[in-house]
Amino acid sequence: MRMRFTIALFLLSTSVVPLAADARSDAKKQVEFGIAVAQRGLWREAIYRWERATQIDPKYAEALNNLAIAYEHEGDLEKARVAYEKALELEPNNALIKQNYELFKEINDRTTRKDSEDSQDSQDTQSQGSQAAGTQVSQ
Amino acid sequence: MSAFQRVLVAGFIAGGTDDVDGNLETTRLLRSQLRTKSELRVIDTDVLPLMEVAVEDNHPAAANAEPEKSEPASDGRTDQKAEPKNEVKGEAPQAATPEKLAAIKDAKDLEPYEHVFADVEYWKKIGEEYQSPLIVTGTVMFTPHARSGIVQREEEVYDSFGRRRVVPVRTYMERKGYILQPKFIFIDGRTGTVLHSENFREEVLYNANQSTPALSSYFELMDRLIPSFLSTLSSQKIKGTRVLLQ
Repeated sequence: MRMRFTIALFLLSTSVVPLAADARSDAKKQVEFGIAVAQRGLWREAIYRWERATQIDPKYAEALNNLAIAYEHEGDLEKARVAYEKALELEPNNALIKQNYELFKEINDRTTRKDSEDSQDSQDTQSQGSQAAGTQVSQ
Repeated sequence: MSAFQRVLVAGFIAGGTDDVDGNLETTRLLRSQLRTKSELRVIDTDVLPLMEVAVEDNHPAAANAEPEKSEPASDGRTDQKAEPKNEVKGEAPQAATPEKLAAIKDAKDLEPYEHVFADVEYWKKIGEEYQSPLIVTGTVMFTPHARSGIVQREEEVYDSFGRRRVVPVRTYMERKGYILQPKFIFIDGRTGTVLHSENFREEVLYNANQSTPALSSYFELMDRLIPSFLSTLSSQKIKGTRVLLQ
């Protein structure tokens, strides 16, 4: 009984590594295809491919990085942030992912700041406008 | 979204026929196309002599022998003619002697010069000089080409009833023309690193008795690949600032 258990354990341990390797290889095919279509501007298809890649191999940081870029391109900034952060969790020392994330944060923060300033300006203008309109009405 | 508002078409390492200055013509053409067909502000400055820069990289002593000059920094008018600082190596045309520069006749001859595109420090300096634009550079091979063989063409024939027919006719022809092989390299002016590169190849053949100027052929071939170049650049909005990984 114990012998059988040992054999089963051995077989299991030897089969896990090739399975993981297969998953990475399958995921890599999806990633490569995603890059090819993204370079032709087909970002939605690229997202589909990179999502597939991360489903096949959830520890594939490069796929998450690409997914983040694609989300960013499509304006889905929250999803982009989550994907970048997951990628960096998996590979905290990957300089390229870090660089991408830094640029994302820089531009995203600038855009957010600009949007909030624009919204504040428009509120101010509206408020001035309504005051002016009110003044006109009252006149 | 794009971090690049400005583009510097820096110059090219060019070879092939002597009838066309591939560096100058490609730089001029891309600048003019980018000015009219892209939203990027095009930096107008002297074309970088990249072959000399590559030679200097291999012979740093020669480069260091150049006296340093100091010039005021650019005033920020990035779409106006800007004077680059001379501290950036390679911008003094006399730095490399002509005997150091081997003629580039085919793609293999380009190899000794291509390391310049990986010179991160050089491109970073250029980037600093022009306020971190997207830098477009690369290689351009424009070579004469001749080919002879059986060519199929369509010919009109009329039968005994005067009916017109078009039939394929195979004839032996000697033809000559040109092959244009540019490789466009996009460099991030902030980091000096290569973001993307793309190879193109176009060729044109004429009847052997037809005399077409090399420059006309060059423009004909460039016309074919300019749309692809521009589309690469527009998708560069993301690729230009982010790096896709495998």
